[in-house]
Amino acid sequence: MEEARRDTAAQATLAAREAYGKLLAILAARTRDVAAAEDALADAFTSALAQWPQGGVPSNPVGWLLTVARRSAGHAAARRQTADRSLAMVKMLEDERNDTASDGFGDDRLKLMFACTHPAIAADAQAPLMLQTVLGLDAARIAASFLVAPASMGQRLVRAKRRIRDAGIAFAIPEAEDIPKRLSAVLSAIYAAYGTAWDDVTGADPRLAGLADEAIWLARLTVQLAPDQPEALGLLALILHCEARRAARRGPDGAFIPLRDQDVASWSREMMVEAEAALRSAARAARPGRFQTEAAIQSLHAQSRMTGERLHGPLAQLYDVLARFAPTTGVLVARAVALAENGEANAALSQLDAITGAETYQPWWAARARILWLCGQEAAAREAATRAAGLSSDPGIRRFLMAEGYRDGLGR
Amino acid sequence: MHYMLQFRETPEERAKPNDPAQVGAYWGGWQAYIGALAQSGAMIGGNVLRPPETATTLRVENGTRHVVDGPFADTKEQLAGFVILDVPDLDAALEWASRAPCAAGGSVEIRPVLPPPAS
Repeated sequence: MEEARRDTAAQATLAAREAYGKLLAILAARTRDVAAAEDALADAFTSALAQWPQGGVPSNPVGWLLTVARRSAGHAAARRQTADRSLAMVKMLEDERNDTASDGFGDDRLKLMFACTHPAIAADAQAPLMLQTVLGLDAARIAASFLVAPASMGQRLVRAKRRIRDAGIAFAIPEAEDIPKRLSAVLSAIYAAYGTAWDDVTGADPRLAGLADEAIWLARLTVQLAPDQPEALGLLALILHCEARRAARRGPDGAFIPLRDQDVASWSREMMVEAEAALRSAARAARPGRFQTEAAIQSLHAQSRMTGERLHGPLAQLYDVLARFAPTTGVLVARAVALAENGEANAALSQLDAITGAETYQPWWAARARILWLCGQEAAAREAATRAAGLSSDPGIRRFLMAEGYRDGLGR
Repeated sequence: MHYMLQFRETPEERAKPNDPAQVGAYWGGWQAYIGALAQSGAMIGGNVLRPPETATTLRVENGTRHVVDGPFADTKEQLAGFVILDVPDLDAALEWASRAPCAAGGSVEIRPVLPPPAS
């Protein structure tokens, strides 16, 4: 009996995990009230846990959850007796009768992603909100991913949901001419989610487990729903190229292994093939962009390791292109290193010095160590590496810097 | 805002300075971290403590002093040092806490400092 209940609970959890974003998207798309939709969904899962052990798991658990959640949302609206909101709920119940047969799941999730990344929502809330609503991650885990206090992440999310409701942000795919602009916010949010998972390279943090897979899943979903958008393909290619190297990036003791020393045999061929295919499809549109360029850089790195060819020239050129699309601190720092690797260390040092506001940015100091080394300034390079080590939150990278790993560079 | 970062180490972390193979990386990591903190201008003060075995704990009960060898609580993670930072908010304090060598393995407790009463 106890075992049967655990089984049911496991099935309900699985259904929740897989269907959460779909269900929330469907519920919230019509009311624009993400918080109310979350409450209704929570009620539905509670009912499932109470009823499924007795009556068995329904043949269509997701449909069951949706029906119960809609009923719960309707009751809640009736209880609140707020005229406009009840109207929205009534309309939703009507819609339910009209479209029971349709499967608008995918589209609804994309609508939800667009709503979460609407320009009217604070930029620092967009990626977290998308992770919470589309993937159903809880605020504490999202807070850990973005290195923010759990309470302030909770508040940020609550404010963002209130904003969607009160500002009347549409749950809709934007007009065709707005898509590229709006899609970039969706892609940035997915990129931020993957970047957070990437930083936890050793997989030591259980709160981040699976975040990389979820980001890949979102990137694939975006490509499915916007197949003609080269940047969506570019992001997928970029993430897959990085993910393909996951197993090779660290030694058994967590030691940082730079690209030049990675065991190519342990790279995932499957992911690299998919990445290259995505990058080729993207190129057919002849509309380059930030993510396509970043993916092309990773593609060159892979090629350089596979063939032994030195590609410093093309890499430096691609970083120049990337800096035009996305002149972020991270990109500008990486561009300076690419320039130095291509034999222009002194010019790279001036480029690096021109970047402002990077006093406590770890990659800036690590880049400085490498560039100073290439300029022949050994003592200054060591000093910069020590500073970078002090700013690093990753024990493997800290050890690499202290052991003067910058002497050999990262790539080939 | 002023925050105290309390660095707590596990027995494995505490064993590192006694292991010739790890002592260099251990102190190097802490020196780099404290150095980066000091150079950022965020650090008001702080110290590294000798290991918990060197602690002495005192309690006064009914006018009698009870002095025992060892730390106040015999827990797995022990206080190894602390710094006091002046940073804009908790998120900035968290950022610095994440860079501490004991953040991976041990833990860092972040506590806002109560401002002294206005006199």
